[in-house]
Amino acid sequence: MGYLAPLWQLTVSRFREQLRQPEVLFWVFAFPLLLAIALGLAFRNRPADVIHVAIVAGPGADSLAARLDAAGGFDVSVLSTPAANDRLRSGGAALVVEPGTPIVYRFDPTRSESRLARLATNDALQRASGRHDVLTTRNRTVTERGSRYIDFLIPGLLGFNLMGTGMWGVGYSVVDARRRKLMKRLLASPIRRSQYLLSFIMARLVLLGPEVAVLVGFGAIAFGVPLRGSILSLAFLSLLGAMCFAGIGLLTASRVQTVEAVSGLMNVVMMPMWVFSGVFFSSENFPAEMQPFIKALPLTALNDALRAVMLEGSSLAALAAPVAICVAWGGISFAVALRVFRWR
Amino acid sequence: MAPAIRCRALTKRYKDVLAVAGLDLVVETGECFGLLGPNGAGKTTAVEMIEGLVPPDGGEIEVLGLRWNRDEYAIRQRLGVALQETRLADRLTVLEVIRLFRSFYRDGHAPEEVLDVVELREKKDAWVEKLSGGQRQRLAIACALVGNPDILFLDEPTTGLDPQSRRQLWDVISTFKGRGGTVVLTTHYMEEAERLCDRVAVMDHGDVIALGTPRELIASLGADHVIEFVIGDGADPPPEETLASLPGVENVRHDGPRHSLTVTELHRALPSLMAELQRRNVEMTELITHQATLEDLFLSLTGRHLRDE
Repeated sequence: MGYLAPLWQLTVSRFREQLRQPEVLFWVFAFPLLLAIALGLAFRNRPADVIHVAIVAGPGADSLAARLDAAGGFDVSVLSTPAANDRLRSGGAALVVEPGTPIVYRFDPTRSESRLARLATNDALQRASGRHDVLTTRNRTVTERGSRYIDFLIPGLLGFNLMGTGMWGVGYSVVDARRRKLMKRLLASPIRRSQYLLSFIMARLVLLGPEVAVLVGFGAIAFGVPLRGSILSLAFLSLLGAMCFAGIGLLTASRVQTVEAVSGLMNVVMMPMWVFSGVFFSSENFPAEMQPFIKALPLTALNDALRAVMLEGSSLAALAAPVAICVAWGGISFAVALRVFRWR
Repeated sequence: MAPAIRCRALTKRYKDVLAVAGLDLVVETGECFGLLGPNGAGKTTAVEMIEGLVPPDGGEIEVLGLRWNRDEYAIRQRLGVALQETRLADRLTVLEVIRLFRSFYRDGHAPEEVLDVVELREKKDAWVEKLSGGQRQRLAIACALVGNPDILFLDEPTTGLDPQSRRQLWDVISTFKGRGGTVVLTTHYMEEAERLCDRVAVMDHGDVIALGTPRELIASLGADHVIEFVIGDGADPPPEETLASLPGVENVRHDGPRHSLTVTELHRALPSLMAELQRRNVEMTELITHQATLEDLFLSLTGRHLRDE
């Protein structure tokens, strides 16, 4: 027997086992779709929101309310002081206005909708009281494909899913085979260790194509998420991401003997990337001092590259830095895993 | 021709336990060699070192005249291994598992042929997780046989199986041996060792304490029968010296009210024992005689039962 026949049989066996576990198919295919649908619905682009303002009852309150109503775009309630404060605290109102001289705006400046409400309310009241703009301006509104939340989300979910399936697909299977002594039994057969480890990665790659196609296709059909770069670039990045996280999964599982322990360890490894790597919101939200650390995470690099290809139509040549980060993570993890791997 | 297996001064230590303590063994080509001993005697460690799965701390191993450090792949092509309690892939079918293992070997049997040998043909499309314990063991042996090995290693192949499954497995092993194959078997069932093995090494605390054919080993007891009897509650048993002085009695042992005599001439020892008990007016509540077995040998060598632990 040559090198390929055992490798093929090992890969096919692993692949068959995966297909025969409905839960595997759920996590690989259904879960990211459900997540995309749910988040797509929650953050769909809506018509401009009305601004909720609470006015504290007292002399002048009704006249303020009338002026805001006349300006349009405001939902105004006149309430007692405690009721208005409750409204502000619970998020039912973005701003509390206390009539008098001067008029007092009460709001939390860390809430962006409150800052917006303060600006809009002040603007409406000033105009109603006779202020004139000194510059002539005009608005032209656009809703462009590629800059909506769902456009941001789909490449992020793709990276997120490549990480999850890569880590679990390899890590869990390795530990399971070790626990049930299947690994030891295979090593008692004339196979090369590299054949055995490669079979995990190859079986992982078989599911990769459908996995990427389903998520990207769903995004395009259901939400019109664009793919502006080449399909080949997307395929290359997906493959790179899958291999990178397969390597990290292999390292994570290289010495662990129980499924419980490896589950915990995987979550520890993946947790920072769920938070920092810009899956659900931009990693730019974190302070500048943290950015070098965040940029060095493999999922950040992968997500940045996927977004650049899908949304901006970047070529791979322009993405050398994130590609290099993924190659380094995957390659180093794989090399270390081979050295420390526990075969029994 | 080199023996199938030769090992010299093999040692293995796990933390503060000396699992194998300077083991010397030679297994000849074509014989069925049994390692007999209680759990923890070091049988599995010894076999896994010979199989090249556990590196020894010291000593030398030659398998088929080859060394593990130089010829690992070549040796593996010629070994068939069934480990203790391996759970092969749950959601592959029996035939798929055998095909997988067949793909590793240069020469070997057709998977369907091996299915017939282990009598699993009607289960060939069943998932492994649906098999009974006996069927799983036969599948494990099928995987070991499919590469047409020169040496078959079986680590406690029948532990936990019902008598019928056990007999089925014995038939498979006998057939393999009948075709000239070498078998190395660990077990803690005496019956299995006596039935299958040409030679048996009795192991305890990591070393061989007796070695020979089952018949030789039993003969080394100096007696070929065992009488076991139990004295009724409250009765005073005869003193050990009295029992030992009865005609034909070689050895006396007791475990609470249960007494056991190893004897050479059952036809003389038994009547005199009955007479002695009658004279003392002691009543027996139970009496068994059987031919001496390896279990009796182990008991006489160590004072412990094989399956105590």
